[in-house]
Amino acid sequence: MASYTPTVSIDDPATSTDANGGSPPAWVDGGDDFHSRPFDARLRRARLGLFVGVVGIVMIFVSFTSAYVVRQGLPTFDSRTNSLVHDWIPAPLPKLLLVNTLVLLLSSVTIELARRRAARNAALAQVPSIPGVSIRGDEKISWLALTLTLGLLFLAGQAMAWRELAASGFYISATPSSSFVFLLTGMHGVHLLGGVIALLIAGLGSVLHRSPQSQLILVDITGWYWHFMAVLWVYILILLEFVR
Amino acid sequence: MATREFTAHETHAAPQGFIRKWVFSLDHKVIGLQYYFLALTAVFVGMFLSLLMRIHLIWPNISLPLLGEIKPETYLTLVTMHGTIMVFFVLTTAPQGGFGNYFLPIQIGAADMAFPVLNMLSFWVTALAFVVMLGAFFVTGGAPLHGWTGYPPLSAVQSAGPGEGAGADLWIISIALFCIGALMSALNFITTTLDMRTRGMSMMRMPLTCWAWFITAILGLLAFGVLFSAGILLLLDRNAGTSFYVPLTVFSGQVVAHKGGSPLLWQHLFWFFGHPEVYIAILPAMGLCSQLVSVFSRKPIFGYKAMVYAMLSIGLLGFMVWGHHMFMSGMSPYTAFAFSIMTMAIGVPSAIKTFNWLGTLWGGRIRFASPMLFAIGFVSLFVSGGISGPFLAQPTLDIPLHDTAFVTGHFHLIMGVASIFGIFAATYYWFPKMFGRMMNESLARWHFWLTFVGTYCIFMPMHYAGMAGQPRRYSQFTELHYLEKLIPLNTFITFSAFVTISAQFIFLVNLFWSMKAGKKASDNPWEATTLEWTTATPPPHDNFGGHAPTVYNGPYEYGVPGAPQDFVMQTDPRTVAAH
Repeated sequence: MASYTPTVSIDDPATSTDANGGSPPAWVDGGDDFHSRPFDARLRRARLGLFVGVVGIVMIFVSFTSAYVVRQGLPTFDSRTNSLVHDWIPAPLPKLLLVNTLVLLLSSVTIELARRRAARNAALAQVPSIPGVSIRGDEKISWLALTLTLGLLFLAGQAMAWRELAASGFYISATPSSSFVFLLTGMHGVHLLGGVIALLIAGLGSVLHRSPQSQLILVDITGWYWHFMAVLWVYILILLEFVR
Repeated sequence: MATREFTAHETHAAPQGFIRKWVFSLDHKVIGLQYYFLALTAVFVGMFLSLLMRIHLIWPNISLPLLGEIKPETYLTLVTMHGTIMVFFVLTTAPQGGFGNYFLPIQIGAADMAFPVLNMLSFWVTALAFVVMLGAFFVTGGAPLHGWTGYPPLSAVQSAGPGEGAGADLWIISIALFCIGALMSALNFITTTLDMRTRGMSMMRMPLTCWAWFITAILGLLAFGVLFSAGILLLLDRNAGTSFYVPLTVFSGQVVAHKGGSPLLWQHLFWFFGHPEVYIAILPAMGLCSQLVSVFSRKPIFGYKAMVYAMLSIGLLGFMVWGHHMFMSGMSPYTAFAFSIMTMAIGVPSAIKTFNWLGTLWGGRIRFASPMLFAIGFVSLFVSGGISGPFLAQPTLDIPLHDTAFVTGHFHLIMGVASIFGIFAATYYWFPKMFGRMMNESLARWHFWLTFVGTYCIFMPMHYAGMAGQPRRYSQFTELHYLEKLIPLNTFITFSAFVTISAQFIFLVNLFWSMKAGKKASDNPWEATTLEWTTATPPPHDNFGGHAPTVYNGPYEYGVPGAPQDFVMQTDPRTVAAH
């Protein structure tokens, strides 16, 4: 059994912090853990939070999927014939959904470009302050705005697909299958709308000239969320098209 | 103590002004208190409803002042709202939202939760959910009567009963809002635990309370999404004419405009959430009980790792047993058998925990302070409430017992009262840290003994009543011939409820009186080792006054040979051998 040494009070050397997120603070602190690099820590924390949130959203769609699959195989009681019948009539999916899918996948590419540009801006944030050095700007295309447009286009396309579906007789309460089509597309749309709002906030950040690093965090997690939305949509489409 | 300054991103400026400081606060400590007082309000509402139920059960025809006679449908409303308010706004809110918010960051050495704004939003969404829930009382038709489990078709058809119109809509909206709040909160807890631990605070050095909050958050993350989905489907069935849950049904002579839905779908989704919810309510109390038993026995917790793994396996198994709530639903006996086996398997980690608590108490120099009384009370309730679990886990026994007061007694002891004892223990234990004063010990003892004996007097007889065949959820049984002999027993339960509920006012008085006039508390009145006792009382805005602590020891270093005191703080530089 080892012996016990009484408490000693050793304060670490003073450390500098930069509240504005501009230059990384000069840490005298051994720097053994991520805490010593505030920006990396923030980015890591935001990504972890997003990942955990995605798990929560996945559970919502897992339950819808299980309800969807179970409902298909479920016979229902018909009082007219006094028997159990299978009443699952698959709803025809509008072709427009394929166009929407392309739009969403394209927006996933543009947000990735936005994310990479934000990363580059953050990495090069110090450069303009070095005398005699400038970086060539390629800010001609705002990938964020393009993503936003494509996202809104997708939502509009989904709304049109809904109309088309309802016009063909498969409105929300018409058949069990159409209820699920509206449910799954609708819930995906609501979650994508959350992504659109995140894009607006990120866009606001670049207008307001936030620090490149804060901007990167915002764009980065919006980007990952957006990719998740694209993957989720492809999953829903496969589910609706092939599990019917 | 070796320290390091918090960096800018870990903390945020102390707020100025009443609104930013106490209403829309980003400070996890204020948010924790907000959750706590929300739960305190809710518990008194819920308790009042239960009192009305007990009065109605033995005097079904008396007219109450202001409320008049309680009609059968009103009784069902009381059942529904009592259950919903207690489960969601008390048992889920206080242990996790209240104490978890306040003490998780401090115990792991962080300045705040990972996402303070999200934290604030979680609370306000939860508070809004509570207001919407109470609103159900005041709309046309009143509150719903479908029980806290909300089984369709009763809950899915607007015309199914008096409270099933606007009241039921508000009920579902409130639950959905609560789910959103709980999901955001779970996200925050998980990220905080994984990412905000201070230097030296490895996962296996976390106090068991932190483990409990962490595992509870994981359960919440996986379970509340499912309840949210189930609620969306129910809302669509009620308002968009879909038929997810509603089969072709006749209500009051009229065929409903639905066909082909399955009420069992709701039961599966609901209980997939509902069973983990039981652990969401009780895991924080388990963690706290482990903490207190160790602190007040002046001994390291018996089997720290076993405690962690037991909680993890309870959490995991909790997702595989939802079917045991549905033995009555016409489930295949083979499926029922599988669910039965899984359910009984939970007895193993539960027993591990119980024996570890007893092992910690064994040979300890026990200090019977009020938090310890409630912790030991928790162990007692956990055993007596839990032991009827393996009975109900067997389909053959569950089928006769399911719709009787036996089940009411079982889940009130284990989920209700045991968790409430956890909340009380936490209040008495952390009150000095939260408010800088001690609670009155004599009042606390009165409160403990009256509540402990009182709750046993209420819920133990329910087991007998259930075995004698008294059905649950029946508004009136006094006129049933075969239950006549149970009337004295039920009268006894009601009078016990009077006494126990009155005893809660001792607690209320003690709580508010001690805030103002309690004895001043030192920084570490219980001589405990965890980080919240290293900082000032009450803790400063960033918890540690600008310096993040460094952790050298496990959380339960009591009675260490060679140490000057019988405890070693987690922040004391260690040369203590690991054990």
